[in-house]
Amino acid sequence: MNRIIQKNKINENIFRIVIDAPHIARAAKPGQFVVVVPTEKAERIPLTIADFDREKGTITIIFQIVGATTKVLDSIPAGGEIAHLLGPLGTPSHIENYGTVVVIGGGVGIAEIYPAVKALKAIGNEVITVIGARNRDLLIFQNELSVVSCQLLVTTDDGSAGRKGFVSDELKDIIASGKKIDLVLAVGPVPMMRVCCEVTKPHGIKTVVSLNPIMLDATGMCGACRVQVGGKTKFACVDGPEFDGHQVDFADLVARLKPFKDMEKRALDHVCRLLGGK
Amino acid sequence: MAEKKIRLHMAERSVEERVKDFNEVPQGYTPEQAIEEAKRCIQCKNPLCIKGCPVEVNIPVFIKLVAEGKFAEAAEKIKETNALPAICGRVCPQEEQCEKECILGKRGESIAIGNLERFVADWARKKPSPAGHKATLLSQRERVAIVGSGPAGLTCAGDLARMGYQVTIFESLHVTGGVLTYGIPEFRLPKAIVNLEIEYVKSLGVEIKTDMLVGNVYTIQELLKEYKAVFIGSGAGLPKFMNIPGENLDGVYSANEYLFRINMMKAWQFPEYLTPIKIGKRVAVVGGGNVAMDSARVSLRMGAEEVYIFYRRTQEEMPARIEEIKRAIEEGIIFKILTLPVKYHANASGWVSEAECRQMELGEPDASGRRRPVEIPNSDFRIQIDTVVVAIGNLPNPLIPQNTPALKTEKWGGVIITEEGLTSIPGVYAGGDIVRGAATVISAMGDGKRAAKAIAALLD
Ligand SMILES: Cc1cc2nc3c(=O)[nH]c(=O)nc-3n(C[C@H](O)[C@H](O)[C@H](O)COP(=O)(O)OP(=O)(O)OC[C@H]3O[C@@H](n4cnc5c(N)ncnc54)[C@H](O)[C@@H]3O)c2cc1C
Ligand code: FES
Repeated sequence: MNRIIQKNKINENIFRIVIDAPHIARAAKPGQFVVVVPTEKAERIPLTIADFDREKGTITIIFQIVGATTKVLDSIPAGGEIAHLLGPLGTPSHIENYGTVVVIGGGVGIAEIYPAVKALKAIGNEVITVIGARNRDLLIFQNELSVVSCQLLVTTDDGSAGRKGFVSDELKDIIASGKKIDLVLAVGPVPMMRVCCEVTKPHGIKTVVSLNPIMLDATGMCGACRVQVGGKTKFACVDGPEFDGHQVDFADLVARLKPFKDMEKRALDHVCRLLGGK
Repeated sequence: MAEKKIRLHMAERSVEERVKDFNEVPQGYTPEQAIEEAKRCIQCKNPLCIKGCPVEVNIPVFIKLVAEGKFAEAAEKIKETNALPAICGRVCPQEEQCEKECILGKRGESIAIGNLERFVADWARKKPSPAGHKATLLSQRERVAIVGSGPAGLTCAGDLARMGYQVTIFESLHVTGGVLTYGIPEFRLPKAIVNLEIEYVKSLGVEIKTDMLVGNVYTIQELLKEYKAVFIGSGAGLPKFMNIPGENLDGVYSANEYLFRINMMKAWQFPEYLTPIKIGKRVAVVGGGNVAMDSARVSLRMGAEEVYIFYRRTQEEMPARIEEIKRAIEEGIIFKILTLPVKYHANASGWVSEAECRQMELGEPDASGRRRPVEIPNSDFRIQIDTVVVAIGNLPNPLIPQNTPALKTEKWGGVIITEEGLTSIPGVYAGGDIVRGAATVISAMGDGKRAAKAIAALLD
């Protein structure tokens, strides 16, 4: 179980793995995630289910090497097994025919929006997908998303691909064009989601964001993932990860993401030593 | 023979030594001590102690066997009704159960039933008798699914397996044992003992599937298609917060997160184990139960210099076991009683730095019979701290009830069951903390036993 049956390098730092996990593929829905514990001594880390295939019994995960545990995950080759894999977790995206939906992905968030784009389109929405990254090399999933979106807009910070600028610039333009938008779904780095919410709020466009706080058990038992939504404490792992972006206290989220930053560096150094400076 | 009024206490490691590591504090009886203590039992004709035990261990008989030096037989006797004696001997609140009923307690100290149970279980563990408790594996009967591998699930599974049923436990975490593993720290309940008990349950033919969150992976209704009955022992995993300003600051943990990081993810062995935890020099633990005592004592062992317990009533009302309160005090935990935190303040980098507390006094008794804490106006004061652990209790795990509309629950979240442990769904039973709210290991085991009996009767 939990065997990695395929592994591709998407770019220097981002990898795609396809894992044999029939019980998860069977139950997975867009917007859900898994907890991965690559080896017995590693952390429990949440990763979004970027795709699933019920027939083949597989799930796809896109991960970026950001710390010790993702580094350890990367050390497992195709054919190897992940020690523990738990899912599907979290409340699925609410998929219905809204009309016109703008789905925005930034960074690895680009991979995470794929199942939602697919499902929203399938149910009859006009889906405009906007993706953005720092530069061309960091743009992922472009082909896959262009197939399932009605329109795909691309931005890069440096202009090396698509429009030079941010996803929020595209969002502003779509709104300015007078097109009626029924829903915005934004998944990516916190500043990106926050800006998208600021853009849509004056126009009263409902905006859903997918939050990524620190998680531990990811089953609602520890409260490490608590976020402030509409003045109430919510556990992102079970109540979310998707929330009404206009209700989210982003400042609180940012503050709660940083407590272990210095220790993560130590853990990464430790892992790099073990893996032989790879 | 003159009756000895005072019980024999177990040797304990010195405070200086024990706060530096996670090893056990009490050292257990020697065989001679066990015999000496067992001889204090007057073998009542009508023993009240048995009635005080939620799983009705035949206490006088096992104690008599100990007094005669027949330790293996004593172990057999206990195991007839209690599958996890090495655990119960360590963590049961005997002072409120069997020992409370003991007649010797009227004129002196009750007999140390817990210490004797612990001795017998440890003795048997080290010298497994050849006759042992081998599973009398009958023909393989129907399949039963158990949700959760805490004491409720393990007991229900073990009993059903002994009766010949094919049992599968679904556990959401990657490690088995429930609170025994992720909650209660090593120095109070060594994990080697928990693992041995789990191995024993497995040896009876029970299959344990970890990383299986019931409700999400399979619903209860789906399980009922594959299994003839289901037992839900999913525990009280939902941590309560006080919802006061500053509770979301960095450095404020729920006790579950704190203990989970340390006990289960082994954050104390960071970076060999990759899960981090940050504990400062001055830790405040809020609450007065076992969870609070454990969090406080863990903090010391993680290197904190000053550890406070904030409790809004007095030591007398604390729900923690007396023995653990005593050890916490010995170890230098500072009890701030009649103290209610109302707000946490942060330093410039957003880390908790101060607790603002209100002084309380005791008023009239409330529904629980304990005197109600009342706020004293204009009594707020501040204490410098850099870590807070919120240990004010847990509620039943809401995930399965949320995913199972037909499952009836109380307003506070507890799953509603009949005398036999049956829920509102035919074939689905429940027990332990998911029914009672945060309770005890032994009551969870009692529930598991009772449900096993009912399930067997249903399938017979
Ligand atoms: C720190 C601490 C100290 C304690 N000290 C004592 C003590 O000294 N004495 C005492 O008697 N009691 C003590 N208790 C209480 C005692 O541990 C509990 O009452 C007891 O463990 C409850 O057993 P249970 O089997 O009902 O639940 P748990 O032990 O909570 O086990 C439930 C299991 O179910 C799993 N689960 C939950 N949801 C799902 C799902 N949907 N699918 C699959 N699996 C699921 C959980 O991961 C968990 O492993 C303490 C508790 C804590 C937290
Ligand atoms: S990660 Fe523990 S409650 Fe959400």
